[in-house]
Amino acid sequence: MSLPAIPKPLARVVGILPAFPVSFAFSAAGNLAAWPTLRELDWSEVRGRRFCVRVRDLGLAFYFSVGPRGFVPEVAQSADVTFTATAEDFARLALRLEDPDTLFFNRRLLIEGDTDLGLRVKNMLDGVELETLLRRLPLGLGRVLLSLRERALQPA
Amino acid sequence: MPALLELICPAGSLPALKAAVDGGADGVYLGFKNNTNARNFSGLNFDDAAIAAGVDYAHGKGRKVLLALNTYPQPGEVARWQQAVDRAAELKLDAVILADPGLMAYAVKRHPDLRLHLSVQGSATSYEAINFYRERFNIQRAVLPRVLSLAQVETVASNTEVELELFGFGGLCVMVEGRCLLSSYATGDSPNTCGVCSPAHAVRWQQTPKGMESRLNGVLIDRYADDEKAGYPTLCKGRFEVQGETYYALEEPTSLNTLALLPEMARLGIAAIKIEGRQRSPAYVAQVTGVWRAAIDAVKRDAEAYRVEPAWHSQLDRVSEGSMHTLGAYYRPWK
Repeated sequence: MSLPAIPKPLARVVGILPAFPVSFAFSAAGNLAAWPTLRELDWSEVRGRRFCVRVRDLGLAFYFSVGPRGFVPEVAQSADVTFTATAEDFARLALRLEDPDTLFFNRRLLIEGDTDLGLRVKNMLDGVELETLLRRLPLGLGRVLLSLRERALQPA
Repeated sequence: MPALLELICPAGSLPALKAAVDGGADGVYLGFKNNTNARNFSGLNFDDAAIAAGVDYAHGKGRKVLLALNTYPQPGEVARWQQAVDRAAELKLDAVILADPGLMAYAVKRHPDLRLHLSVQGSATSYEAINFYRERFNIQRAVLPRVLSLAQVETVASNTEVELELFGFGGLCVMVEGRCLLSSYATGDSPNTCGVCSPAHAVRWQQTPKGMESRLNGVLIDRYADDEKAGYPTLCKGRFEVQGETYYALEEPTSLNTLALLPEMARLGIAAIKIEGRQRSPAYVAQVTGVWRAAIDAVKRDAEAYRVEPAWHSQLDRVSEGSMHTLGAYYRPWK
């Protein structure tokens, strides 16, 4: 079963947003939601490297790096490694409904640039317990996401 | 009672190990974070704390944890491999999967109670070879390379006391397992020496107007049109120009899937079925373990009535490399 779709008009609006505020908002949201858990990982090999997450169907690109206090938005629109997928596929990856290699084989996930860096981050995130991450989300968001995940795991 | 069709699943992280145990794996195999195992990728694998947590979790549910120590010690670095054997014993792992005879000798001498499995990387395909490893190093199980037909497996099985483990599912290699040096021609690294056949530092993917290009140390491995499935960036699965024609000159990316052969494997007394994929994420481990648990349970319940359910195939095909699955070398009616 698929996750809820993103409405088309919303996709059109976010697609024309200026780049830096978008990266800023992405980093701020990431810091609020995920950093309390992700800070426990060893980011030493990743410090100073620049990432881009490109959401194909929304026409959005987030540029950021990882510093001692979390995600840092980047002004320059260049990155050491770029991940490209649709919003739904990123959501499915985040909820562990999908395996990145599966999406790669099916051409739904593209990793360009420094493959080793991309793989390192993917493997680091795989090492995080999903339940721990969700439990620490603010505003009861974790429970909402868990129930979405349960629903998506039901056979169609 | 001897082991029969134990389900052995891969884990590259603690959540993957838990997914395997929760999904019904009888054993989980994993590796340390270095080149002592053949899935030596950045950020993948287990440190001591994660192994200890994984062993607790698995043993708490009566399942086993095996250590893949299946690369060959390199000159000047032998201590790293020996220390890995020592740590396996300290961490109370249920077995170590070894390829190198020197390391087996070390393990037998230092840790006589540590159970040894012969890795597929040891490339032993005859009962004579397997019995030799038994006689010299007391190996308890051998993982057979995916090059034998089932008739050949039967010959091995009826001439050895060593338990046999067969690959059941996952990406297929070219038929020189444990002896493949192909990637070292492009990258200087090979599975036996560095624990990777396509080291990620040498891999580049790029979307171009002609399609998505996959390169290994600059060598173009393949170029995929938008509607084509992609494969792992290994030399053996690339498309190359040979005498004016461009095609899979060595091997087409396909996955091994032996669900159909389970009753026959049960009849041969195969001790365990191995699922490939320590490089994959917890989602893959959960999906694949669930299918194989159901299939093995069905065979054990009633091998005569066993039928492969179409849903099993479709679930496994979804996560597979390549657009088809095969029985590999197992099914060769002509031998």
